[in-house]
This record gives sequence, structure tokens and C-alpha cells, in this order.
Amino acid sequence: MLNEWHMGSLLLQLIYNGLVEGAILALTGLGATLVWGIQRVANFAHGDYMTLGAYVAFLLDVTWSTNPVVAAIGTVVATAALAVGLHFILLRPLRGRGLVALSLITVGLGLVLRNALFLVAGSQPRQYAFNQTAVIDLGFVRVAPAELWTGIAAITAVPAVAAMLAWTPLGKTMRAVADNRDLAEISGIDTDGIGLYVWIVAGALAGLGGAMLALVQGTFDPNLGFNVLFLILTVVVLGGIGNAFGALLGGLVLGVVMEVSTWPPFFGGVPTQYQPVVGFVVLILLLMFRPQGILGRARVL
Amino acid sequence: MPVSYAEGGAAIVSDTILSVSDVRARYGDEHILKGVSIDVPRGSIVALLGPNGSGKSTLLKAIYGLNVKRSGTILFRPQGREAVDLLRLKPHEVTAHGVNLVPQLANIFPDLSVYENLEIGSIGDRKRTVERIERVVGVLPLLRHLLRRRAATLSGGQRQTLGIARALMSEPELLILDEPSAGLAPNIVDGVFAQVQEINRRGVSLLIVEQKARQCLAIAHYGYVLDQGRNQIDGPSARLLEDPEMIRLYLGARRRQPESH
Repeated sequence: MLNEWHMGSLLLQLIYNGLVEGAILALTGLGATLVWGIQRVANFAHGDYMTLGAYVAFLLDVTWSTNPVVAAIGTVVATAALAVGLHFILLRPLRGRGLVALSLITVGLGLVLRNALFLVAGSQPRQYAFNQTAVIDLGFVRVAPAELWTGIAAITAVPAVAAMLAWTPLGKTMRAVADNRDLAEISGIDTDGIGLYVWIVAGALAGLGGAMLALVQGTFDPNLGFNVLFLILTVVVLGGIGNAFGALLGGLVLGVVMEVSTWPPFFGGVPTQYQPVVGFVVLILLLMFRPQGILGRARVL
Repeated sequence: MPVSYAEGGAAIVSDTILSVSDVRARYGDEHILKGVSIDVPRGSIVALLGPNGSGKSTLLKAIYGLNVKRSGTILFRPQGREAVDLLRLKPHEVTAHGVNLVPQLANIFPDLSVYENLEIGSIGDRKRTVERIERVVGVLPLLRHLLRRRAATLSGGQRQTLGIARALMSEPELLILDEPSAGLAPNIVDGVFAQVQEINRRGVSLLIVEQKARQCLAIAHYGYVLDQGRNQIDGPSARLLEDPEMIRLYLGARRRQPESH
């Protein structure tokens, strides 16, 4: 009886964690899918944009002791600026070289960013100035202050981004360009000029996601984002490549599935270190039975 | 054809909204157009015909500057404004000047709703978007009860109609259609051609690439036939429909006796 109650409570806890992790994957996966759909780049440096965000947040939170909201805003601005800068300096001049060439360049870019962080910030694990032992009881789950902040970030950012995509002119324009680039251009949209906004959104969300991931993990080092890169690319494929709402949904689903898979009543619970395996099993099953992704459609292309 | 007079009294031979002169176009090393010239008189429907691979669709891409290397002159003369050489413009600028194009395939945004497809088509003053949607739905009423649907779920004929409606949202003076009848059932094709005539009656000039030559000439005022990247035959539609060489080479079928064994 006590055990059943415990298992139920644990399940709620896992779902909460899963939604937070899912939000991180949703926000970063959305950025990657927009970049892929609109800029025609599979950005393998996306994880490293996240890491950079985590370190900017560390700088603001620990080194300069600003409050978490200021730190979050500063992080988002910094990574958006980084993404836009690299767009103009590196990626835009190389456009038209093809998906493979551009994507390989981002592999190198990620390597450079990652190692620059190792050089500047060092390899020692870092953690934010949150009390890691305090517990806040929310009634249905008990969370640490860091988890509470990531939860708040998740339930604000995901609906905000979804609303932006659904209702604002910029959101509709980005979805249209990702959906059918030539027709968007024919419809009077400067599809080249939209790149600026795509990178602002993708960079900002990567920074936010990176800081949230660092908070969730407790400690982090310069490999933080790179470690989840393939999960982000999984989200892009899960949602249906180029489909923004699909990426949001795919990220949330993947996060929850990976967390809940560790619940003991689920075949004894998958060991935590095998969580990514669960993610990829989900991906493989989806590709077998619904290759166009959750919300994607079969493309003639 | 109304003959207009420029200041000083010099006659302009004809009032053309689009003059394509000696246009060459290629994909990489593959030269598709080897010098094509066509004129679209203002307010008319012009049919662009010819066998597969003759360069019809490539000419449309060259006019719009989509994925093709081009040279020559493509003069667009908007009403009451200065003529502009489309060869110097990016596709979205061509649209801003008063042209629009409905491609043959991929002519809608499948992931967007029908309403959003129309919103994206609207350019310039966003406040007029709702009014424009109302007007376009008035011209193409079959869209009225489909506005909330995701465009991917539409049938072939509905998609074609939405493609045309999206293009009309920019209030173009010249509308270019690439094979509007492709892949549609015969009864639906009639509907699409009726829509084209309705749009023309409202003052829009049209340039239409078509495989269904007879049907297209039946609604067009003038026709051009391209073959192997060059002009072959052109003339008023009524004359082309009677022209023996035109019938033998490009209209065929209809008058041939069924072969008996």
C-alpha cells in the first residue's frame, strides 16, 4: 500500500521532470528545425550554442550575482547575438553550397566553440548559485529551487513560443518559409532576409535551453550541449523536419517518455544512463511506422 | 486592342503589360531557352503552349528568377507606373511590383491552414488582409467553407483554387499560371478554366502554360507555341485553332480518324 502510494508519487515526479526536460528539447529542437527548414542547415553546433548559454548564465548568476530572471534574459540576448553574428560572418556568405557542405561546417564550428569554452572556462564542473538541498513542496511533487525555476521557464516559454508561431506575422512567415520556400518568395517574402529572425529565435531558445539543462543536471562542463545534440536532432525528425509545432510536441513527448521509462513498474524501470537509448528506440519506431514525423506529411521532394 | 498614346503624341504600338525579348535560360550547362520573345497585351489571357521539354515552364521561372540563370529583357509595365526589367529583381520584388505566379506543383503551404495561406499571400498593408481575403473568397467561393482546414487535407482541385487565391491576395496586375489543369479530373479542369476567365473579367492579365492546348486556347485571346526552347507559332487563339500546321503538330488527336483493324 505504502509502496503503491510511493510509486504513484514517483510517477508524478517523473512526469514533472519529463515535462521540464521535454521543454528543453522542445525549445532547442524548435530552433534547430526552423534553422533546418528555413536556412537549409542541419546545425550540429546547436548543442554548443546551448553550452555557451549555460556559461553566460553562470557568469551572470555566479560571477556577477544577478537575479535569475536577469540572468535568463542576459543569456537569451547573448546567444541570440552569437547565432546572428555567426549567421552573417560564417553561414550566410557560404549559402548555396548545399546542405551537406554547410552542415559539415557547423560540425567544425561546434568543435571550435566547445574547445574555446574548455580553454576559457576550464573543464571543471560548474553549478549555479541555487541551494541544491532545499526542497519546495508543490503538493503533488516536491522540487528543488532549481527545478522550480526550470519548471517556470518551461511553462512560460513553450506556450509563448507556440503562440508566437501560431498568431504573429513573424511566426506565420517562418512557418510558411519552412513549409515551401519558393512559394514564400513568390508570395512576396524576402526569404533571405528572414534568416536574421530565424537565428534570433533559434539562438535565444538554445541559450535558454542550455541554462535550463545546466540547472536540471546540477553541474555542467563544456560538453553539456554536445551531449544532447543527437536528442535535439531526434526531436527535429520526430516532429517532421521543418514543422515547428511538430518539434515542440516531439520534444515534450520525448522528454516525458525518457523520464517515465525509468519508473520501476515499467519493466522494472530503465536504468537512467540508458535513457537516450529509449529516445532513439522511439525515433526508430516512429521512422518505421510514421516516417514523416508526428505532424509532418509525406514530402514529394 | 486599345492603342495608347505617350506624351508628345507618339503612338505605342500596343499596350503590353509584359514584353519578353530574346530570353535565354539555363540550368547549369543545360541550355533550355535559346532566345524566346512573347508579349502579353494588358487585360488579355495569353496561352503558352508546346510539347514536354519545350521550355514553357522554364520561361515562367526565368520571368520570376527562380533557380535558373537567365539573360535578355523582361519588361513589366504596371498601370500608371514606370516599366521595370524583371531580370534585375529577386522573386519577392517581382511580386511587390504587381506580378504573381501559381507554380505547377507545390503551389500551396500544406502545413498552414487555408486562411493562413491567404494571409501569407497578402503583401504591403496588413490592415487590408481581411478585406482582401473577403474579396478573393468572393471570386473563388468554394474556399469559403474551407478556411479553417489544413491545406494538406484539400483535394487536387481545391488545392489549385487555393494556389490561385493565394496569388490573388497580392492583387497582381499579371497572374502567371503553370499548368493549372495538371493532375485534375476533366470536370474539375473546366472549373479551373472558368475561374481563370472570371479573374480575367476583373481586369487581371494572365499568362498560362498548358498541356491541354485546345481547352486553353478556347479561353485565351492569344497563343504562343514554344518548341525546343524557341518560338514556333503564335497568333490569336481563333486563328491558331484553325491553322492546319498548328493542328497537325500541336493540337493533333481531335480530327484524326480512329484506326480500324
